[in-house]
Amino acid sequence: MSTPTLDRVVIRFAGDSGDGMQLVGDRFTDLSAAFGNDLATLPNYPAEIRAPAGTINGVSSFQIHISDHDIVTPGDSPNVLIAMNPAALVANVSDLSPGSTIIVNSDSFTERDLDKAHCSANPLDDGSLDAFTVYPVPMTSITLEATKPLGVKSRDAERSKNFFALGLICWMYTRPAAPLLEWIDDRFAGKPLVRDANAAAFKAGRNFGETAELFAHPYEVKPASLPAGTYRNIIGNTALALGLVAASRRAHLPLVYASYPITPASDILHELSKLKHFGCKTMQAEDEIAAATIALGAAFAGNLAVTGTSGPGLDLKAEALGLAISLELPMVVVDVQRAGPSTGMPTKTEQTDLLLAMYGRHGESPLPIVAAKSPSRCFDAAFEACRLALKYRTPVILLTDGLLANGAEPWRLPEVADLPDISAPFATQPNHTNADGTEDYWPYLRDPDTLARPWAIPGTRGMMHRIGGIEKQDGTGNISYQPDNHAHMVQLRQAKVDGIARDIAGVELDHQDGADVLVLGWGSTWAAITAGVRRVRARGERVAQGHLSHLSPFPADLGDVLSRYGRVLVPEANLGQLALLLRAEFLIDVQSYVQVNGLPFRAAAMESRILEEIHR
Amino acid sequence: MSEHNGSEGVAVALGRKDWESDQEVRWCPGCGDYGILAALQFLMPELGVEPHNTVFVSGIGCAARLPYYMNTYGVHSIHGRAPALATGIAMARPDLSVWVIGGDGDMLSIGGNHLIHALRRNVNLTILMFNNQIYGLTKGQYSPTSEVGKVTKSTPFGSVDHPFNPISVAIGAEATFVARTHDLDRKHMMETFRRAHEHRGASFVEVFQNCNVFNDGAYDGILKKAVRSDMLIPLRHGEPIRFGDDGQHGVAVNEFGEPYVCESAKVGVDHLLVHDEHRADPTLAFALSRLSSGPHSPTPVGVFRDVSRPTYEAQVQQQVADAVERVGPGDLHELLHSGATWTVG
Repeated sequence: MSTPTLDRVVIRFAGDSGDGMQLVGDRFTDLSAAFGNDLATLPNYPAEIRAPAGTINGVSSFQIHISDHDIVTPGDSPNVLIAMNPAALVANVSDLSPGSTIIVNSDSFTERDLDKAHCSANPLDDGSLDAFTVYPVPMTSITLEATKPLGVKSRDAERSKNFFALGLICWMYTRPAAPLLEWIDDRFAGKPLVRDANAAAFKAGRNFGETAELFAHPYEVKPASLPAGTYRNIIGNTALALGLVAASRRAHLPLVYASYPITPASDILHELSKLKHFGCKTMQAEDEIAAATIALGAAFAGNLAVTGTSGPGLDLKAEALGLAISLELPMVVVDVQRAGPSTGMPTKTEQTDLLLAMYGRHGESPLPIVAAKSPSRCFDAAFEACRLALKYRTPVILLTDGLLANGAEPWRLPEVADLPDISAPFATQPNHTNADGTEDYWPYLRDPDTLARPWAIPGTRGMMHRIGGIEKQDGTGNISYQPDNHAHMVQLRQAKVDGIARDIAGVELDHQDGADVLVLGWGSTWAAITAGVRRVRARGERVAQGHLSHLSPFPADLGDVLSRYGRVLVPEANLGQLALLLRAEFLIDVQSYVQVNGLPFRAAAMESRILEEIHR
Repeated sequence: MSEHNGSEGVAVALGRKDWESDQEVRWCPGCGDYGILAALQFLMPELGVEPHNTVFVSGIGCAARLPYYMNTYGVHSIHGRAPALATGIAMARPDLSVWVIGGDGDMLSIGGNHLIHALRRNVNLTILMFNNQIYGLTKGQYSPTSEVGKVTKSTPFGSVDHPFNPISVAIGAEATFVARTHDLDRKHMMETFRRAHEHRGASFVEVFQNCNVFNDGAYDGILKKAVRSDMLIPLRHGEPIRFGDDGQHGVAVNEFGEPYVCESAKVGVDHLLVHDEHRADPTLAFALSRLSSGPHSPTPVGVFRDVSRPTYEAQVQQQVADAVERVGPGDLHELLHSGATWTVG
């Protein structure tokens, strides 16, 4: 009997924060990646480490979209919801379309659990789920039964029920068991009882699917035909860390990464801290201010200097960015954007820091801004940010967000040899002859093409110089309060950043003949926009898609591209920050499409909004 | 790169002129900073370091202008952040001699956090804090070392803030080298700065400095020629703590282990406290810092504490070296291909 195939499926694991939903989601992701599916993921968890068990506030979920073709978003609406308790069901059921499948842990629908989820009646009995296919599975009791022969205490055994759920889903979608069992062996090698209990629960889940006759048959989602190459599954924060290491190698400079723990950026620090054999010097600073300033000190001394944070930290790094702009030293500041203002919603995604990155400093203080568009592209964006910083001796802000940071997708691995050399040679010789014939080093004598100043580092004989945040005389770098000089320096710093437009790629444009509407995005909304555009085109409608990976300066051809379309729609996870910049810069009345709820846009909503624009 | 506080072992005969930049010094005439700058410029040629291996880092304030006047590498950075910026330099280049210059407002108010963390980490920095007990560059507000009741533009009815004792703060942060000197004694400054430079790790030196415009005479009570020998308590390692023209005053320890000022003859010289800079436990050094609560009673000067602990940047380097030793230098191709990979096509 051949297994029925699906071209794609969206699965959401939901349970209590302590139920290990992120863990099984990650495992299912790796299994699917290794199986060759294209995929995209959306982890969604509360900021609290352990909100009270069983409550709606404590629900953690992990959504994965797998397919046999190229996909870009984690999917709008799950086809299958696994709910480990009533709270998980209540928190997620509104996202399901009629006809979807719900698998619940029926052991967890006791009166007490129902109370905690504020259910006046048991949704399994009251008809409220009639639109769905519901499978109640006693996951806890089967897990206890399966692990009993191992001698595991029931309290501990119960914790393996997430592996039961994983086993069941792996059966449903014909994922191979061996890689997962190997992973369990490896991960829990030091805890044989836990290892065995998890393996037993996983097998029990598979066997349950096979024998319980609840489910008609498993499905298959065949491997996707992705472009040729070697792939791995990657989340944005890891890709970003690898991009920094690659930049350090191709710049031939040690990496200093100074950071202060902050969600959702901390994993970049964690990743780099493991890579000391690459010469990475990581440091957990006393605060966000110190992290940026320490990085700047490392830049002065000739290392590749990076600091990473999220929005609240970027607020604090403004003064170090201002000094870096004045000192004209290379530095990269990563901002993994999250919902604000203030603490906001630390684990939820937004694109609300664009204007902060552009303008969030006193004085005229321009700097380049690079934004990543997908988890794996965080690698390229990090590399590009380092390239620009080094070449133009400027701080660069690299914007990613919570969706990219923790979202996963297959990454076609670049060849190391294809990564360009981005070294920025240090100045070692005097560059000026004084009137008396003596040789001198002027730290602000610029390269006429890039307008970058020379970078002479301490330890270099004969190149001693003093620089600071006070306005400097062009050329000598000496303190100057001269009005004309200041006006000149303000213009020079702006011209240097503006000139970068000549050195970056144009707008990433996917034009379609006859299209009158351009949908223009930046950052992580690329995925939802791409999915929306594909749906619109599948209906036979015409639409163009543009994407910006550089927000400052804009690509040189942006004005030209915008002028070719009758209407420009700009979807953003903010209240229209790019739209504001475009209107100001190009005097074009772009249409904003905004969503600021901490979640990614949905492809279906994107599709409707684009259609509305086309038929306006 | 090994740590050698900026000395490459190359003996080059340098003089004071080699350490002076071409910039005009712009402090107010009569400022105590001139004396400190001169002491530094006299001292530098004696340290066996070269200007190009030396970095002066400062924050904001009058004192923070000093790097402009030294013919070395220098950064005049952000208010309070000099210890952080210097930490970055030391991490990148542990071979350099890195000096941090700032005032009491810069280092103890807006930059208090960075100061204590640089000290506890034991970053190899020589930190000189010029304490004039006032904000000078902003024209005369009270500082975190100003005495209670200080009348300034921002405290017309007197300050109600309890001041920091900088030496106590540094010892509280477990700094490995803590000393105090003053702007009227070039020889003592040079000797103290030399010791601070030679110390491996974070060295903190408080320099009593006169602001003749906004807080003139703040230290007259202890530094005036007529009272100095009775009001300054020189700390000398291995010697009983005595002061006064004839050593008639001394410091002894009471039954609670607390130091107090006494008459040497009364207590007996044998019962005076013998100063030990190298005590691992900071308690006694801290207690010595509490002998005086302001510049109006006998005040210890010299080295309070000089103990050894691995430096921050040396340990950072060591972890890198150990990792390379353990698994070999990282291979980028391998790193990118780590974890589960699969091939298409």
